[in-house]
Amino acid sequence: MITKEQVEHVAKLARLELTNEEKELYTKQLSKILDYIDQLNEVNTKGVEPMTQPIPTVNVMREDIVKKQFERSEMLKNAPHEEYGFFRVPKIGE
Amino acid sequence: MTAIKSKTEYETVIGLEVHAQLKTKTKIFCSCPVDFGAEPNTNVCPVCLGMPGVLPVLNRQVVAYAIKTGLALNCTVTKHCKFDRKQYFYPDLPKNYQISQYDQPICENGYLEVSGKRIEIQRIHMEEDAGKLVHAGSDRLHGSDYSLVDYNRTGTPLIEIVSMPDIRSAEEAKEYAQLLRSILRYLDVCDGNLEEGSMRCDVNVSIRPIGSTTFGTRCEIKNVNSFKSLIRATESEVERQKEIIESGGRIIQETRLFEENSGKTVSMRSKEEAHDYRYFPEPDLVPLEISAQWINEIKETIPELPNQKKLRYPKDYGLNSEEAKVLIEDRNLAEFYEAVIRLGANAKKAANWLIGPVTAYMKEHKTDILNCCMTPKQLADLLGFIEKGAINDNIAKTEILEELLGQGTDSEEIIKQKGLAQITDTSALKEAVKEVLESNPTQLKDLKEGKEKIRGFFVGQVMKKTGGKASPQIVNALIDELIK
Repeated sequence: MITKEQVEHVAKLARLELTNEEKELYTKQLSKILDYIDQLNEVNTKGVEPMTQPIPTVNVMREDIVKKQFERSEMLKNAPHEEYGFFRVPKIGE
Repeated sequence: MTAIKSKTEYETVIGLEVHAQLKTKTKIFCSCPVDFGAEPNTNVCPVCLGMPGVLPVLNRQVVAYAIKTGLALNCTVTKHCKFDRKQYFYPDLPKNYQISQYDQPICENGYLEVSGKRIEIQRIHMEEDAGKLVHAGSDRLHGSDYSLVDYNRTGTPLIEIVSMPDIRSAEEAKEYAQLLRSILRYLDVCDGNLEEGSMRCDVNVSIRPIGSTTFGTRCEIKNVNSFKSLIRATESEVERQKEIIESGGRIIQETRLFEENSGKTVSMRSKEEAHDYRYFPEPDLVPLEISAQWINEIKETIPELPNQKKLRYPKDYGLNSEEAKVLIEDRNLAEFYEAVIRLGANAKKAANWLIGPVTAYMKEHKTDILNCCMTPKQLADLLGFIEKGAINDNIAKTEILEELLGQGTDSEEIIKQKGLAQITDTSALKEAVKEVLESNPTQLKDLKEGKEKIRGFFVGQVMKKTGGKASPQIVNALIDELIK
């Protein structure tokens, strides 16, 4: 189960503004999802090391060598707004 | 009768989180160059911009530098560790998460001894730096409702070095941070420039009544850009907390910003709205298994560290701690000094020359020992000429040193060219001394009456006559002989 307060908290962290109806709806929907995932808790994992990576590989590293560089214009192409070579974003904070 | 208000004495408790930018050529997870003066967004690629579908690949040098630092700070290097995602939304972070290390930092449980006191180091972890925001408020953006972002810094490798709350004063915090910076520089892993942000200190401050064993509520202070600010920020925060507690208030755990101009800390965000980072293991990177062999290889590359030199210099070279400190501050100067001694120079004299006239020259010319032309051999030779009596100290300082440092001409050459060789010919000097004594009868009378203070006047006059080249020892001996 998830509470409406938790939904509000997560929404705030995600910078989402929700209406009261949405909060009610998402509380129900997220609870359903979590309950479904909760089935995993039925498996006995006593003595099993937590797995953080499904791939049985370690130590994938590269050498400290500068490779291909990109044109700024190319990098800014996906920016909705740009100015003076910067990415332009809505003002943050006070 | 008036009641005397009881005055509680407080103890300051400080823990430091130091972020150090590593001196690698490329970023931590992509091959973009790390280059500070570059034009905005010229050192970015799809990986550090967080484009969909890209994968980070760890820079081996970052791991090596983190291990090197951990070993120098007496940490245990973990055998197994991983990276985690730290989620927060801010435009300087294009992926909306920072790749960091949460519960398995690469190094743990170290310590640093500061003036004989052990400050425990809780952990060192690796992470990526964020970009830079140009906020509205600068002239060009005045009155605008947006910010501009430069992602060149995004992905610059950082290590975060977290101390335990073992520090008890602002001064001690400064000493710890200075020693830490010096070690990072000796290891050649970080520039350690607080003003430019290649080393950044976050200060956790709380206070508690003396004798109390529990900690007070702490505040974290950011934006401390110099050692001076570290002291000012800490002291003003301690005062603020005292005032609140003494007026019956309660400290709120929060992040505060130090303002250079007012010298005060101001609230940035309180715990109520603090970030809930929702860490989880970074699925795009595989774990690290660090072998004992790699650790040993890195251990071999660690030079003698400043804290070790600080103990050794007084013992081996007879220097006092202040002299040792000046020489050790810059690794290159310390190594230069040791090279001069290896060439047979007197340790104390070599130290005096480096701390005195050489340092004065470097300050005046805004340079350092590596950028001076003088080699250790040349300084050792110069000291040798003085010792042998071929030139006197003063001539060496005023006539030779500048050329040695600036052009790297051998002393022998300069002595020949300028004719600076000390006059040690007794008969030649005898004439000069005689003349000086005879032409100053009043002073001579004083000297004969035992007024030794006047002796310097005569020596000075002889020096003037001989262009400063007379041997002061011989001049003194001649004065004694002639006034008998």
